[in-house]
Amino acid sequence: MEQKEKKVIVSLNDIFVRFDGEVILNHINLDIHEKEFVTILGPSGCGKTTTLRVIGGFLEPESGDIIFDGERINGLPPHKRNVNTVFQKYSLFPHLNVFDNVAFGLKLKKLPKQEIKQKVMKMLAIVDLKGYEKRSVSKLSGGQQQRVAIARALVCDPEIILLDEPLGALDLKLRKSMQLELKEIQQQTEKTFIYVTHDQEEALTMSDRVVVMNNGVIEQIGTPEDIYNEPVNAFVADFIGEANILNGTMIDDCRVRILGKELECVDKGFGKNSPVDVVIRPEDIIIVPPENGQLTGVVESVTFKGVHYEMSIRVGKCEILVQSTRCAELNSTVGMRVIPFNIQIMNKLLPIQSNTIDAVVTYADENERYFEFELEDETVTVKDKFIPQGSKVRIYLPFDALSITGEGEGDLTDVYIESVVYKGEHNEIILESDTRKWLMLSDTDEQVATYVPLYFDFSKASFEIISPGEKEGGK
Amino acid sequence: MKSKKLSIPYIAWMVIFTMIPIVMIGITAFKDKSGNFSLEAFSKAFGYTGVFMKSLWIALISTVICLVLAYPLAYLLTKMKSSTQRVVQMLIMVPMWMNFLLRIYAWKILLQKNGPLDMALSLLGIHGTYINNTGAVVVGMVYEYLPFMVLPIFTVMSKIDGQLIEAAQDLGSNNITVLRKVIFPLSIPGVISGITMVFVPTASTFLVAEQLGGKDDTMIGDVIDRIFLTDQSTGSAISLVLMVFILVFLILMNLFGDEEAIA
Repeated sequence: MEQKEKKVIVSLNDIFVRFDGEVILNHINLDIHEKEFVTILGPSGCGKTTTLRVIGGFLEPESGDIIFDGERINGLPPHKRNVNTVFQKYSLFPHLNVFDNVAFGLKLKKLPKQEIKQKVMKMLAIVDLKGYEKRSVSKLSGGQQQRVAIARALVCDPEIILLDEPLGALDLKLRKSMQLELKEIQQQTEKTFIYVTHDQEEALTMSDRVVVMNNGVIEQIGTPEDIYNEPVNAFVADFIGEANILNGTMIDDCRVRILGKELECVDKGFGKNSPVDVVIRPEDIIIVPPENGQLTGVVESVTFKGVHYEMSIRVGKCEILVQSTRCAELNSTVGMRVIPFNIQIMNKLLPIQSNTIDAVVTYADENERYFEFELEDETVTVKDKFIPQGSKVRIYLPFDALSITGEGEGDLTDVYIESVVYKGEHNEIILESDTRKWLMLSDTDEQVATYVPLYFDFSKASFEIISPGEKEGGK
Repeated sequence: MKSKKLSIPYIAWMVIFTMIPIVMIGITAFKDKSGNFSLEAFSKAFGYTGVFMKSLWIALISTVICLVLAYPLAYLLTKMKSSTQRVVQMLIMVPMWMNFLLRIYAWKILLQKNGPLDMALSLLGIHGTYINNTGAVVVGMVYEYLPFMVLPIFTVMSKIDGQLIEAAQDLGSNNITVLRKVIFPLSIPGVISGITMVFVPTASTFLVAEQLGGKDDTMIGDVIDRIFLTDQSTGSAISLVLMVFILVFLILMNLFGDEEAIA
């Protein structure tokens, strides 16, 4: 849109950051325009604060360039960057009063006293703290401290203000009013704001553009409307607002099958019969009499939410969340319709039919009927199945043959939970081990960004022998 | 109610071992040898004005030197990895595990005529006396009390929120201005308790001056040590005067500390 015409003030090119061998930012590319309010949104541990620290100069990336106003500023210390930060815990100087906190940066610039005073007073008026100059910062409320921190950064007149979850510590009501105030301040001062938060509502409310991050990569960049209406994948859809995310199959262009029914949609180019994720926002489902519905289901619960009712409707094994101003009767059968435009089709996060392992049998015992193979430097034992030593075998593990709870250390001791997406029936969990990814189904909510053991249930697996082992290779 | 009951043993302790002895010293100081009320002990005590002055002077110099040595050390400590930090902290503490007397005798041997220091410097053609003077007393004091300066400063400094330092850098401070405008003002409580913990004991300590100092380096602690067994009244009077000096000093330090906290 019109942002295209605006000048790029800062750009991150291929930024790579690693701590203790763990990748925090995985080749990030991001352009931020002048006078823009950009929000970096993501769950904790996604790398959003790290991105901010790279721009602020508190962290040197391992590789990649930071371009500020056309100049490469890698290695430039924070005090030489024309950027100021509003820190998460405010970080006001406890030994200075409100005035001296705000004046801190100006005094370092050696401006004349009169000018400092004038600027500080003007800024305190903008953040609505007139008359508080002499107060000790420790005697201020959270919201007031927050405003001092904002004034302290703004008064230095930087090109960019970085805000690291600045409203995180405030209560809901104060947070809401500060959101509006911040947006107002940004428009009034015409600065570029780069704002970090894990609160999707905050991001949608304030931003010109939202950058959704997960696991050190940018998932999507777009206006709040784009991000909400056109999420690029199940992660974004799940993270932003509430959504029904369902497994579907593209029958043809503009035809998708979900929950056993074919529906019309507007997306093309996914290929015939390819598995996809389908997103339907709860407010886009219209309740109709059963005979008029594209889908029918039974109302399992109804909750009054003030503006609307929230209903859980069971279709087969799946529960669908519906928000409507009209209430359907509990336990009644209802029909549901969705207009094609409101059905979002997305590529699957991990487009696989089953988890396959290509293995070479390292040891086998015909009498005891078991064999072993090596996987990522760990030895995995398959019981009740004999395949001769040296054989090359492809093992197909269905999604429900994987589990992260069980006895012992696990077949793989340490896998990373990369994402958890609820698919109406159960959670689809993407796990990452040293060399690859796995897809697992689970009925329990697992904690993302944690490490867990992984167990295989080979009784559900199927085996395909690629090349048989040598007979004398046995024993 | 519960907390009041819990405090009874401490109150009893304070009364028996702090309040009563002070009162007894007070009473003793105002008695003459026959036990009548008299100000004689105080007039004798003021005969030691020179010694008082010398003691406070030595304490002041020692405190200043301790501060000058300890502050950068504490600052560097906060910058170290926690593993090295523990080792260095240990090294600072280790001398304190040795007996006080032994440490002073060790210095006496180090500094004496034909001692290790004298020998080493003689080889370089430098001759001099390194013991039995005020300098030796100050060296001994600094050695004794340096840890009491380092540790409180380090403790306060290491509690300074790292984000405050980042905030200062963010607002345009280089490393020097960060130290001057953030770390120093915020470490003042540590400096004050360090000064108190060094100045008060150095002013009243004994033996150090006696062992390392010359004829003119007698300190008030040594005087009390010497005369108390024969003349309790004068000893008590000197103690009281010393106590008043120290109280005044503590009040001044506290006033300074409060002002810093408000500013």
